Amino acid sequence: MMQFMLLFSRQGKLRLQKWFVAHQEKTKKKITRDLITLVLSRKPKMCSFLEYKDYKIVYKRYASLYFCCAIENDDNELLTLELIHRYVELLDKYFGSVCELDIIFNFEKAYFMLDEFLMVGEVQETSKKNVLKAIAAQDLMQEEETPQGFFEDHGLG
Amino acid sequence: MNVLKAVSMPAPKRLRDLIREIRSARTAADERAVVNKECATIRDSFRDQDNTYRCRNVAKLLYIHMLGYPAHFGQLECMKLIASARFTDKRIGYLGAMLLLDERQDVHLLITNSLKNDLSHQTQYIQSLALCTLGAICSVEMSRDLAGEVEKMIKSSNAYIKKKAILCAFGIIRKVPDLMEMFIPATRSLLNEKNHGVLLTAVCLITEMSEKSPDTLHHFRKLVPQLVRVLKNLIMAGYSPEHDVSGVSDPFLQVKILRLLRILGHNDSEASETMNDILAQVATNTDTSKNVGHAILYEIVLTIMGIQSEAGLRVLAVNILGRFLLNNDKNIRYVALNTLLRVVSADYNAVQRHRTTIVDCLKDPDISIRRRAIELSFALINHNNVRGMMKELLLFLETCDPEFKSDCCSNIVMAAAKYSPNKRWHIDTVFKVLTTAGNYIKGDVVTIAIQLVSETSSLHAYSVQQLFRFLRNDYTQQPLAQVAAWCIGEYGELINSVNIEEEEPLQVTEDEVITLLEKVLANNNSSVVTKEYVITALMKLSSRLSSCTSRLKKIITTYGSSTNVELQQRSVEYTNLFTRYDHLRPAVLERMPLIQAHPHSLEDTFTDDNEVNLLADSVSRTNVHNLAISPTQPTENGDILDIMSNGTPAAPPIQSNRGGGAIDLLDLLGDLGSDVPPVNNNTVLSPVGGNNFLDGFIQTTAPPNNFVNGASSLPVVTAFNKNGLIVEFICQRANNDATKTVINMKAANSSPFPMLDFVFQAAVPKSFQLNLQSPSGSVIPPVNAGTVTQLIELINPQKQPIRMRLKISYTQNGNTISEMGEVNTFPPELWQ
Repeated sequence: MMQFMLLFSRQGKLRLQKWFVAHQEKTKKKITRDLITLVLSRKPKMCSFLEYKDYKIVYKRYASLYFCCAIENDDNELLTLELIHRYVELLDKYFGSVCELDIIFNFEKAYFMLDEFLMVGEVQETSKKNVLKAIAAQDLMQEEETPQGFFEDHGLG
Repeated sequence: MNVLKAVSMPAPKRLRDLIREIRSARTAADERAVVNKECATIRDSFRDQDNTYRCRNVAKLLYIHMLGYPAHFGQLECMKLIASARFTDKRIGYLGAMLLLDERQDVHLLITNSLKNDLSHQTQYIQSLALCTLGAICSVEMSRDLAGEVEKMIKSSNAYIKKKAILCAFGIIRKVPDLMEMFIPATRSLLNEKNHGVLLTAVCLITEMSEKSPDTLHHFRKLVPQLVRVLKNLIMAGYSPEHDVSGVSDPFLQVKILRLLRILGHNDSEASETMNDILAQVATNTDTSKNVGHAILYEIVLTIMGIQSEAGLRVLAVNILGRFLLNNDKNIRYVALNTLLRVVSADYNAVQRHRTTIVDCLKDPDISIRRRAIELSFALINHNNVRGMMKELLLFLETCDPEFKSDCCSNIVMAAAKYSPNKRWHIDTVFKVLTTAGNYIKGDVVTIAIQLVSETSSLHAYSVQQLFRFLRNDYTQQPLAQVAAWCIGEYGELINSVNIEEEEPLQVTEDEVITLLEKVLANNNSSVVTKEYVITALMKLSSRLSSCTSRLKKIITTYGSSTNVELQQRSVEYTNLFTRYDHLRPAVLERMPLIQAHPHSLEDTFTDDNEVNLLADSVSRTNVHNLAISPTQPTENGDILDIMSNGTPAAPPIQSNRGGGAIDLLDLLGDLGSDVPPVNNNTVLSPVGGNNFLDGFIQTTAPPNNFVNGASSLPVVTAFNKNGLIVEFICQRANNDATKTVINMKAANSSPFPMLDFVFQAAVPKSFQLNLQSPSGSVIPPVNAGTVTQLIELINPQKQPIRMRLKISYTQNGNTISEMGEVNTFPPELWQ
């Protein structure tokens, strides 16, 4: 089971955090800081795995963004790389060639996507189509509630 | 009124605008200012109970939270959003709840009711939000409150809801294992589903249940054929674009199934048998041109090694890892090293074959790879390769990162102790560690090194001269300085000995030795411990070296004014030894006796203890009460342990004396005699046998008829009685074998002198078979202070009357006495 997932930029800015196991706010910050430093200090040719505390850290860089997952000892590191890739694919389909800015300005959408793909630290859906369908349907519900013309003022804007 | 309000309070900043503004902040202080201002506005808006923009404000707060600013004041607003009827509100509200709330804050319980309502909402996406949030927070209280709803939703026909409910159940069971029971019935049929999401989550849930409880594991073993079928369909299925990853069909599902198979097949030959074929199929047919294929092979190797798979399959698995190890992809090499470490105990030789490659990985620039490789390397050292491996490891030690060094040293020293081909090599290796790793060495290595030198008397001269050379080269390394100082102090007179192993003898004057030690002592970077070692070494040298006493005295006296209490005390004490007690000095400074507390010998004692315990266990099965008593009788306890470590564990040493005088203890133990049935049908474990244990503790020989328990009143035959030696037989027919008689022989000595080298032999007519177990000892203490017992098994297939010839020998007061005898008085019940 995945313990948490962090997205951060090459500059070390956190872009998304999903904790599947409860920690104190202080601990979360410490782990995030440690991992950002550790991962950013690694050279591009090094392998995608790290050992940190009791976790195995699996990370992969896509353009300017690092995707970093902590998994348990029994979990499959190579499959976790696939999982990260699948999430990137989903974001890519949704935003249309996703970039860091998309995730910054639409972070809530990135969370919604993650919640349709993973739950309780496990993959819940392996079909890309199903995930995107569920997101599209919910986006539509959201749009329908927002009165025409008022969108700019009433939605998240 | 509303219009007025709208005028006085303009619409708050939009989320995107806020993000843009924060991003355009030039400095951290600017950013803080923007955030603080916005937070103030958001708080105001929250206070005004503004419903229209609550959702937008919470969303902004979530962004601010991600930047690391406090956002707890949004928690209650999330709850209000969740309670709203609007989908947008709910969506942001639940997102906020997942990010801002967790089980650590009691406030999370306030959303339980909203969750309950939304779980039964008619819109599936709202149900989904509630499930997702429940899964994310999933505190104990919440799990207990909502487990019933989740269980109902698992039975839903809507796959979208079903899969989420299943993962919720997974989360609930992880948190509250005793809720597992209620989900088992609903779980059974889940594997019949076609939907991948449902299958995948169901496999997750079953895995979790099986890992949590052995009973459930057993229950789910039935599912193995079904899982095999699902896996087979999966790999036989044609191209399915929505699930495939580079030509591999649904790797997520495949890996989960393989993992569950590993758990179900573990230690179960039938389940393992069922999955052999499919494992072979997946292992050979998976396309390995991409990472995803390797992910599956990795999982399958673990499964093959984790179940009772066929030998051929295991070879295949280790070969897969071998191929991994040669892969260009670092990730795959890492996984290979990791996995080899896990299977090294199962298939040592197969892993050994890849040793060279593994050792090469020690030089990899990537720390993750090196970390795996070093662990594996230590696991691979054995008697045959220790020289070669050690060379590599010492090389590694020279260049490796500081964080590895201290563990690596300890491991090298440990491995050297375990596999060293000879003492010289061992000492050289330990010295090499001392000179290489410098100050990273832990204290235990210093102790081990000193112990090693001290116990190897043939190499004292060699060791002390080598250490002197090392210390002369570099006296800044504390552990080396400590070992060297100790050895130079202890064996100072050998510093110029020519009688050393093929090395050039050291040519140094006594002054040079002292000068070197003085340098260490004066060095500001020397630790106090090192200085203590040195000062003691100098003191010892005063009796080892002939000419320098006055110089040594001077150096030692200097430290009488040291600011360090420990050094000062030593100095003052030693100075006193020079002046007031000079006549005692040579005797006080004699060579140290061999140090006993060696960590390894310590280890050995532990293992010995374990062995004894193991043996004791095998006995405790025959008579539990025995062990319960033993601690009260330390001496006899020791004897019993002794017997056990000498005797074979398979034959519990039953003393064949009779339970004389055992009344008190028998009372204590209730009706032990009749109560302890032979546990494993071994006739040895007769009730009498059980009682006999007590005799050892009581150490008296009262008449046999004291047995109160009728059941155990067995025929007793006095086989021999001469010169104070009484040999008695307690005879019994074996329960499970009518032709077998078990005789407990007990020899006691009433004379005032011990009987040594006691040997009891017996012979029977040819129609019998005789089997003598090893005796409990060879010494019978005087005045009935103890007995020697021995077990005799007699097989009498023709049911002939039993006759036996005896030959007894022992030494008493230096005379060897040999006696013969015949026993014809066995009771007829034994063969009729």
